[in-house]
Amino acid sequence: MNTLTLWFHQFGSPPIFHRVTARLSPWLYASATLIGFIGLYGGLVLAPADYQQSDAYRIIFVHVPCAWMSLFAYFFMAINAFIALVWRIKISEILAMASAPIGAVFTAITLATGSIWGKPMWGTWWTWDARLTSELVLLFLYVGVIGLYNAIEDRRQAARAAAFLALVGIVNVPIVHFSVTWWNTLHQGSTVRLLGPSRIDSSMLWPLLLLALATHVWFFASVFARARVSLLELESGKDWARSAVLGPGAAHD
Amino acid sequence: MRYGTTASACAALIRRDLVLTWRRRGDALNPAMFAMIVVVMFPLALGPEPNQLARIAAGILLVAILLAGMLALDNLFRSDHEDGTLEQLVLSPHPLSLLLASRIIVHWLTTALPLIVVAPLLAEMLHLPRSVLPVLLVALALATPLLSLLGAVCVALTVGMRRSGMLLALLVLPLYVPVLIFAAGACNAAQAGLPFLAPLLWLGAALALALVLAPMACAAALRISIT
Amino acid sequence: MVHVEGETPVPLLHARGLSYARNDESIFGPLDFMLHRGEVVLIEGDNGSGKTTLLKVLSGLLEPATGNILLDGEELTLARLSHQVALMGHLPGLKSDLSAIENLDFTIGVFGLRPGITPALALASVGLEGYEDVAIRQLSAGQKKRVALARLLLVPAALWLLDEPYANLDKEGIDLVNRLLDAHARRGGAALITSHGAYAFTTGAPRRLPLRSVA
Repeated sequence: MNTLTLWFHQFGSPPIFHRVTARLSPWLYASATLIGFIGLYGGLVLAPADYQQSDAYRIIFVHVPCAWMSLFAYFFMAINAFIALVWRIKISEILAMASAPIGAVFTAITLATGSIWGKPMWGTWWTWDARLTSELVLLFLYVGVIGLYNAIEDRRQAARAAAFLALVGIVNVPIVHFSVTWWNTLHQGSTVRLLGPSRIDSSMLWPLLLLALATHVWFFASVFARARVSLLELESGKDWARSAVLGPGAAHD
Repeated sequence: MRYGTTASACAALIRRDLVLTWRRRGDALNPAMFAMIVVVMFPLALGPEPNQLARIAAGILLVAILLAGMLALDNLFRSDHEDGTLEQLVLSPHPLSLLLASRIIVHWLTTALPLIVVAPLLAEMLHLPRSVLPVLLVALALATPLLSLLGAVCVALTVGMRRSGMLLALLVLPLYVPVLIFAAGACNAAQAGLPFLAPLLWLGAALALALVLAPMACAAALRISIT
Repeated sequence: MVHVEGETPVPLLHARGLSYARNDESIFGPLDFMLHRGEVVLIEGDNGSGKTTLLKVLSGLLEPATGNILLDGEELTLARLSHQVALMGHLPGLKSDLSAIENLDFTIGVFGLRPGITPALALASVGLEGYEDVAIRQLSAGQKKRVALARLLLVPAALWLLDEPYANLDKEGIDLVNRLLDAHARRGGAALITSHGAYAFTTGAPRRLPLRSVA
């Protein structure tokens, strides 16, 4: 058995997953916060004001990383969903279900910041721009997965059904984006692009990339934290779970 | 021993479903009635001005028919689940995807076809320009089976849930968005005198793909939720 | 005729190391047992001991957590269900808007027909002669059960899995079930039934398979 398979098997074991992520989490949260602060300082204070949009553009430092995360979270969910359905690995089921609410929140932040940005730009709180509309549909996808997961009693069956839905959804995401983009060009109204021309000044680029990194790290910290709790709930009858929570030596009666 | 062939099984299922619909033929008109109610509300809300209605007629019609179809989806598997016949279908040694495809076809015939028949009347009520009507009907003929197929996958995931109405609508919406966009896009383009063939072709391609993939996805989803 | 002396026939059903779990709680197992043609086996267990779940796993409807099932020596999986298995569950499995004969015709279309019997004959064997065209909706619970039994008689399945076959039946109905089981066994079939109470079989006590909840 090569090292990758061995690592995969080990990571898939609930007690090991629990121990490893318990140790990792504080580091992940700390580094995410640190990198985030540096990035925010760079974006909100150091970077110069945009000549067209003055200081209002600075919201992209939150909006863009969150938008990237909303998609990344979905891919992460979909990959784990696939593993969960094909190989029935419990950790993947849990990771997939844990990433759904986090992705949903990132999507909601993307929508809110997009809306806030729209107000000074076009004078409206909402615009049916291709990207915002796609994000809205993405939010519905997330809420659907969460809703389905919560509607079924048997936790493992619920995870499998929601995982199936997530996979159906991921096929749908590019289709929706394509159709909404086409729809936008058909109705000539909002041809304004949210991000402006593709060239972005380096003084604005590095805070953006730092914040993108920070949000990724934060995502993993959160998903591991959620997954740990779900794992304990699911395995509450097992000895390792009891001793992990109640301390070593807690006998199973 | 005469074992049933897959073809005879599908034929038996289609026959059974048609007889069942006939026995409750009053219910079969419900989706059409609902669409009509929705259509009636719009002039009441927006005013009867013909030009204003004509501009949004295609969109209103498509949304009304989509909503009616969504309501009708609920009973695709519900009664079969409640009396145990769904379990027997899953147990049969025939490919479940083919049996489900037969079921979905009959469901479309009995719920969506009345809607398409009623569509010209509703279009007239909304002052849809006559030239757009053929495009609308083609769009409906392509979109409604697509909605049935995609909807069936979501219904399979929620089979057996008591109050699954809202959840079903939530699951189905992201799948319906592209269908609605292309169907309405074709109608609006036709109304504006622009080429409308491309979105119809996209719908046709999606339908061809869905005819093959959706029954299999439906069977897989059913196996997950029936356990 | 069940089997020739001196030969060990391939068992109709062979369950090896079978277990099932839900929400990580073990429902039953691991179980090992064999069922030969001509045998009727009674699965005993308290409420909630997993009898219904066991039948569903044996029919192929549910996938076991561990172990496998051999039907006539070939593996039975969810992907390869067999003509040889018939499951009668709690629900009658009949459409209430259709008549008895229409339901049976549908069953034949999907599952096939055992030679030598027709839907009308099957209904007569279960005591429902004259009820062919009555809608299922209008029948009593006991009569619906009898139609479900008639369905069993029509399909060519060798293995019958019956979940609470005596439920909803009066004394006559119980005798009917026993007679049908005997006839099925004598034809070379086999049956696995679950029941709360122990009912007398016409050919003496059946083999019993206890199913205790796994602690």
